[in-house]
Amino acid sequence: MTLWNKPAHELHDLLVKKEISATELTQDVLARMDAVEGKVKAFLTITKEQALEQAKAVDEKIAAGENISFLAGIPGAVKDNICTKGVRTTCASKILENFVPPYDASVVTKLQKEFPVLVGKANLDEFAMGGSTENSGFYPTHNPWNTECVPGGSSGGSAAAVASGSAIFALGSDTGGSIRQPASFCGVVGMKPTYGRVSRYGLVAYASSLDQIGPITRDVTDCANVLNVIAGHDDMDSTSSFAEVPDYTKSLVQDVKGLKIGLPKEYFVDGMDQDVEKAVRNAIEQLKSLGAEIVEVSLPHTKYAISTYYLIAPAEAATNLERYDGISYGERIDGADVVELMTNTRSKLFGEEVKRRIMIGNYALSAGYYDAYYLKALKVRTLIQKDYTDAFEKVDVIAAPTAPTPAYKIGEMISDPLKMYLQDICTVPLNLAGLPGISVPCGYSQKHMPIGLQLIGKPLDEATLIRTAYTYEQSQSFHKEMAELGGAEA
Amino acid sequence: MKYEAVIGLEIHCELKTKTKIFCGCETGFGGDQNTHVCPVCLGLPGVLPTINKRVVEFGIKAGLATNCTINKFSKFDRKNYYYPDLPKNWQTSQYDLPIAEHGWVDIDVEGEKKRVRLTRIHMEEDAGKLVHSGNTIKDSASSNVDYNRTGVPLLEIVSEPDMHTAEEARTYMEKIKAIMEYIDVSNCRMEEGNLRADVNVSIRPVGSKELGTRTEMKNINSFKSLVDAIDYEIDRQTEVLEDGGHIVQETRTWDPNRGITLSMRSKEDAHDYRYMPEPDLPPIVTTDEQIEAYRKELPELPDARRERLEKEYGLSDYDAGVITASRPMAEYFDEVVAGGADAKLAANWIMGELAKHLNAENKTIVDSPVEPARLAAMIQMITKGTISSKIAKTVFEEMWTSKDAPEEIVKAKGLVQITDTKAIEEIVDKVIADNPKPVEDYKGGNKKAIGALVGQVMKQSKGKANPQMVNQLLAQKLG
Ligand SMILES: [Zn+2]
Repeated sequence: MTLWNKPAHELHDLLVKKEISATELTQDVLARMDAVEGKVKAFLTITKEQALEQAKAVDEKIAAGENISFLAGIPGAVKDNICTKGVRTTCASKILENFVPPYDASVVTKLQKEFPVLVGKANLDEFAMGGSTENSGFYPTHNPWNTECVPGGSSGGSAAAVASGSAIFALGSDTGGSIRQPASFCGVVGMKPTYGRVSRYGLVAYASSLDQIGPITRDVTDCANVLNVIAGHDDMDSTSSFAEVPDYTKSLVQDVKGLKIGLPKEYFVDGMDQDVEKAVRNAIEQLKSLGAEIVEVSLPHTKYAISTYYLIAPAEAATNLERYDGISYGERIDGADVVELMTNTRSKLFGEEVKRRIMIGNYALSAGYYDAYYLKALKVRTLIQKDYTDAFEKVDVIAAPTAPTPAYKIGEMISDPLKMYLQDICTVPLNLAGLPGISVPCGYSQKHMPIGLQLIGKPLDEATLIRTAYTYEQSQSFHKEMAELGGAEA
Repeated sequence: MKYEAVIGLEIHCELKTKTKIFCGCETGFGGDQNTHVCPVCLGLPGVLPTINKRVVEFGIKAGLATNCTINKFSKFDRKNYYYPDLPKNWQTSQYDLPIAEHGWVDIDVEGEKKRVRLTRIHMEEDAGKLVHSGNTIKDSASSNVDYNRTGVPLLEIVSEPDMHTAEEARTYMEKIKAIMEYIDVSNCRMEEGNLRADVNVSIRPVGSKELGTRTEMKNINSFKSLVDAIDYEIDRQTEVLEDGGHIVQETRTWDPNRGITLSMRSKEDAHDYRYMPEPDLPPIVTTDEQIEAYRKELPELPDARRERLEKEYGLSDYDAGVITASRPMAEYFDEVVAGGADAKLAANWIMGELAKHLNAENKTIVDSPVEPARLAAMIQMITKGTISSKIAKTVFEEMWTSKDAPEEIVKAKGLVQITDTKAIEEIVDKVIADNPKPVEDYKGGNKKAIGALVGQVMKQSKGKANPQMVNQLLAQKLG
């Protein structure tokens, strides 16, 4: 039986029915990984031995007649900016090339209680700064639908692993679209939960007030199940929410009757790809035909979101990344004295994009510029938040494209950072407002590259997002198609 | 030209919490290098801070005890600068919304009351400690970093430049130390670096309202260094100005061994700290009820206690000031008085013999081998006339080295005062007979000559004769 192409909930059923073992499943996924990884390069570290041991332990539980949890024995990948005790965590940066954390991120601790099989650490743009995974300090990841294209980013490795069958589910992180946009580019489901819904303890910080960990999965059912595991308050993260966590699988119902879905005109920007617009509008029509009510809404400050984001995120990044100085951990390039040591280490081991953002951030925070840039950005941020508050008085969910284009060619945009930044227009405002968002596959471009529908929810209302996304997903079959590339169906 | 100094202090006060400000590590002094550390205080990738609520409580109490306004909405900020003892290369501190602002304390300098205003009190984390193979970072082949202190909570108490002499600065710092001890937020052990000050000094012509260019001396960790460094800096600046030069705004270090200040870095090298609100810590929101609850927990503060001692026991302003300058001493005093001792005698003995013995052995009053109850018993023996004040010194000496009660010491050594008129009379008669010269002098009108005779009587009675009785009898007999 081919197993790598199935979603976790089907595999869970097969494990419970003892039709397959966790070891068989893991071996199948690892064989698939062997076949495709050379082309996709989704991983920075592969933990085959650990995976097979974990699978064996789950098989022993099953043999002993124990009930197993949803993720038990299911192969998953973790983005390599999430700390894993004893397993190298690089953030795709040369500066942390050999860094092995002495502790697990809180999400990893929560995952481990479910006994999943962790097959490796997924590639990303260095320190999650980028939207194509081309900024990885080691190598770019390729889109499993067309290996000449980018998988999106920064969680490009996580999305490509799930799309190519090298993992059944993955964890990503989203600061300005880094889960939703690669999910859209790779034809999988990706959710950025509400800021504070999932603990950030152990997520290597890029922009602390925007970062959020979330699931990347084959379908909405898996998304709800993974979110159930990772959501909830954590004493180690003072910004994590105390709000009760509902059982998200209760929202896996097909029902959008009377649901008010807002359509923000500001998200259908000039220069948007025709195929994207068509697919997204079709999806919205589909939701309407399923009983939802479509309401035009306006989010007037959307046009300031990119500039706001590219002041706040780099400012936070500039300080967050100060700790990488070659003194007590990480790589070091020596110098004549301590200042030279720090300078050498940082200037030679950080990549171009990371250095660019550190410089922008320090500029925005420096004496004489703080009020004009950083402080002003914080004020605009509250206006963007207010846009949503106003819109959500009229609607339950907002629908929009996840990205203005499908996946583009590797190298196409890398020399034009500003053009690249504009790619974030549909995703960044949610992070600024702290809202949850989900991207679900909603069709293909003429070149058969996946397109994502983005649904945006009220704070802590992931349940409604899941219900809406599930209802839409079940009305078509985009989520059932797997990326085709060499090594398919051995 | 005559110059006047303008002095301001930033006092760093280490808080006596069990754990660090943002993690669960112990704060204890000492310990092998890098044993009180965890991922959070080491600033490893991915870690987040969580606030130790005691630190906020202590910050609020310190603010209340120094007449500050408590900011009900306060927040932490990142103060960014690169230094190897700072694992994140920023210090989590407070910038524009500190926990407390606009306070004051009163100090007494040479009998005059003076008010020193407090700009603010803010909470922050301490840095680690560099251990150099040589003397300084510059002449060392290598340096190690000990992160045990990293994340130990501090309060930074910033004064307005309201002081004009080294003496005022010292008295102010003593006052802050006393208050922090009283409210029990810090051990205030200066030798362990619990209390240290950055001192700003400038000078200006007397009568001028404008401030001169200031220099800052960092990390002064004793009262002696504080006074010496300020005096040195005032002299140095005066000399520079009198030679027609100008003061450079800079940071200087105080070298206590050589007794001089040395330039460390000038304003041009000054850091731009690029302060940023700490996104990983929610703002600290405090309610009026909480503030009032903390206010109720405050003990009697030094000023109030001093006033009480003056009123209740008639202590002089000076004595009451010395006794209440440290909470342990004030408590010791209260216990001695509660043990039945006369208050003025108790003050004299504590400030005299006890202080002398403690200083000689470098002990604090908490470690005194003479417990308050024993000192009280001894003082009662003086008041009752059982022993003379002179004998009492011998008794105290015994009490310092043995655990015995003063009554037992007096009994064992036969130190009871002779108050038997007949016994004293016998000695007096003998002394008058043996010392014709002073007797003649006295009779000839030199009344002072009696002193020599009293001395002789005391000597022959081995100090045990009641001095008042001796005086009386001699005067009687010499007519
Ligand atoms: Zn710690």
